[in-house]
Amino acid sequence: MTSTAPKKGPNIGSIVVISIAIAINLAIAKLMATWSYSWFPPQASSAAAYVDDLFALETGIGSFIFFGCTGVMGWVLLFNRAGKYDESDGAPIEGNTRLEIIWTVIPLLLVFAIAFTSMKVNDSLNALGPKQKYAIGADTSALLSADPLAQVGPIQVIARQWSWEFRYPDGVRSSELHLPIDQRVNLQLQSEDVIHSFYVPAFRLKQDIVPGSLISYSLTPTREGRFRLRDAMFSGAYMSLNQSNVIVESEQAYSDWLKRSAKQALQPGLDPGRVLYDRRIARGDKGWATVPPAPAPMVNDPGDPSIPHDA
Amino acid sequence: MTTTNYDPRILKAPHPVPGAPDNWKRFFSFNTDAKVIGIQYIATSLFFLLVGGLLAMIVRGELITPPADLVDPSVYNGLYTMHGTVMLFLFLFPILNGFNNLLIPTMIGAPDMAFPKLNAAAFWLVPLFAVVLMGSFFAPGGPASSGWWSYPPMSLQNPLNHFINGQFLWILAVALSGISSIMGAVNFVTTIIRMRAPGMCFFKMPIFVWTAWAAQTIQLVGLPALTGGAVMLLFDLSFGTSFFRPEGGGDPVLFQHFFWFYSHPAVYVLVLPVFGIFSELFPVYARKPLFGYRFVAIASFGITFLSLIVWVHHMFYSGTPMWMRNLFMATTMLIAVPTGVKVFAWLGTLWKGNLRLSTPMLFCLGGLFNFIFAGITGVMLATVPIDVHVGNTYFVVAHFHYVIFNTIGFGVFAGIYHWFPKFTGRMYYEGLGKVHFALTFIGATLNWLPLHWAGLLGMPRRVASYDPEFAIWNVIASIGAFMLGVASIPFILNMVSSWARGPQAPPNPWRAIGLEWLLPSPPPAENFEDDIPTVISEPYGYGLGHPLVEDEEFYVRRSQEA
Repeated sequence: MTSTAPKKGPNIGSIVVISIAIAINLAIAKLMATWSYSWFPPQASSAAAYVDDLFALETGIGSFIFFGCTGVMGWVLLFNRAGKYDESDGAPIEGNTRLEIIWTVIPLLLVFAIAFTSMKVNDSLNALGPKQKYAIGADTSALLSADPLAQVGPIQVIARQWSWEFRYPDGVRSSELHLPIDQRVNLQLQSEDVIHSFYVPAFRLKQDIVPGSLISYSLTPTREGRFRLRDAMFSGAYMSLNQSNVIVESEQAYSDWLKRSAKQALQPGLDPGRVLYDRRIARGDKGWATVPPAPAPMVNDPGDPSIPHDA
Repeated sequence: MTTTNYDPRILKAPHPVPGAPDNWKRFFSFNTDAKVIGIQYIATSLFFLLVGGLLAMIVRGELITPPADLVDPSVYNGLYTMHGTVMLFLFLFPILNGFNNLLIPTMIGAPDMAFPKLNAAAFWLVPLFAVVLMGSFFAPGGPASSGWWSYPPMSLQNPLNHFINGQFLWILAVALSGISSIMGAVNFVTTIIRMRAPGMCFFKMPIFVWTAWAAQTIQLVGLPALTGGAVMLLFDLSFGTSFFRPEGGGDPVLFQHFFWFYSHPAVYVLVLPVFGIFSELFPVYARKPLFGYRFVAIASFGITFLSLIVWVHHMFYSGTPMWMRNLFMATTMLIAVPTGVKVFAWLGTLWKGNLRLSTPMLFCLGGLFNFIFAGITGVMLATVPIDVHVGNTYFVVAHFHYVIFNTIGFGVFAGIYHWFPKFTGRMYYEGLGKVHFALTFIGATLNWLPLHWAGLLGMPRRVASYDPEFAIWNVIASIGAFMLGVASIPFILNMVSSWARGPQAPPNPWRAIGLEWLLPSPPPAENFEDDIPTVISEPYGYGLGHPLVEDEEFYVRRSQEA
């Protein structure tokens, strides 16, 4: 096996060119990492900053690798193209064992570094709000003490085809999730039919709600506003409409809302798929088969979908 | 089996199946010639690429505006479910089996596959399950509409209560596809191990053969899990069992394990042969030996091994305990190492090369460019906290299509153009090929790059409607998708007209090194028949000036005289 035998003495020209290329690449990678923060919705939970920082880190490393590799491709495209009638071969370099070992070991170390960093972030996120799945039939009293650090809740979250329902400890029911800012809340997620997924992009949090299980889920919202809650697991015909809002408000506003809602009588809550289903029935139930939507949940506060959401 | 004296002009060579036609009709017959079967696979799958693409264009048409206004949401769900299924099971798996059929015997100097009749049977299962799958469009209630994952309990919902329904036919088709693939895998692995030309030890095999071998090994290990899961799903759906039904004590997450144990490695079944195509083509068009041939070969099996222990990364937020998430995060990220070895080896091959930018090379360069990008988003997705945010959003859809179309699709087109002269005996039109590449590259980038941002902002996948803040990304994506539809026109024109009346192809138009290029174009029925050459060198000896086989001039002369 022939190898690229280094010339005697350092090749100053190529060292300068390579150093400049690496410096430019590092600068671009840094810019990309900074820019990556703007690709997300606002950070509205204590978990969000961790996720965004980790993403920025990987965007930086990834950009360096991407522009490094594609830079090499661009270089050969510019300077190593054969002329129209050029039938000659390139340099017959078969390999270079040292180089091959280096480019195996460096990615290996890099991957371990990223995995190790992510594991530490996982631990931090778990401390911010543990997520635990219990099979139904287990001792439910254990569930109630699942997150002793929670200051709010547990709030029952019931997902159906296709609506969300939230039940507060004092009995209030609503179609939108109201949470006080900066307090750790414990949710108990359950599904009555198929797998749904509790996903609030502004919180950077997502949890599948598997039927047959009860999931104790804790989080801390850190920013006031009206954030979109989406069903992220495909759950049937009207899954795309199975959205609601999470309203993060001050402690005072939150307790006022609870008191106000407790006085309201139960009424049908948000049921966004219903409009399309009714239209379908009016047209003679045409289209491919679908499961009829579950009846709208009966709630004290049906919320107001006409108010635009922040993120 | 009859044997005759070698006469390379005999394209009407005797076929092992008596009575098989020897003109164009052979492509519609139960023919056991691997090259005929290869073209049968490729033609069938290109037809279904158009079908799957058409479904995708309706899906993108729906998504060009925020509300669900083009088709009913139930129809939308059926369309994208069938799009995914058709593209995977009727386009990608069959087309790569087509390449395996064309290339494995010719590259290793075997006259045919080890089990020719099994080979033909494996192919003819494809149209059979295609009919079953397409038939589901006419089933009461429409085709399967629970996504190509078919997660229970959603896939077990049967609103019309018909025994024959779209989901039933879908499971049947997937099971038949699995049977066909296992038949193929047994054949390819046996052929590679047992039927190599004299002198071709494992470290003299072309990388395509290495990657096909590594990929088909995954099929043998992984497919039984999917098939088992599919059978249980069928029992739950049709016979009232409760493997996955929570109300009967079943566990829906169990299906996810069965499904992903195969379906994640499946992407390596598809991408490994494409790595093989890249490894074959870069040396030819850069006029250089493949950099670090042995490292590249061994890395294929590194990928095979690791691919079998990563599947739980699809379940990071379905209630998987943290220790398991950490473990599978690490194994998933490790895949970056052997794939990185390959990427760097290709860059090393291009470096100081003498590049010729014909259509196959353009598709290879485009595919490599996109794959580097997809690899980086892949590591991001393997990271648990990031996956918890972007999992099940359009970020995943974008990453997945960067792998499955922008890398694998590009590699497939590169392979088609590169070996077209060899197996049809005709040259393709370079100009049309370049137009096809340009439209495909721009269309694919417009289609999937913007969707990364839609996903980061939180747009879930599989939605028929979405909030207006995602509109801009979706409009660009839809334009890209329609452009990909347009890109198929120069491709079809090129393939059909070139094969019908393109210029005659010489045996080795690219001055490539490999046993298949020592055969006439198109190769006769049993390839080298009794005159199998003895291999004396490693492949990819560009610029090294040593012959690949003993008595190379004899084979070159014979192929030219044919």
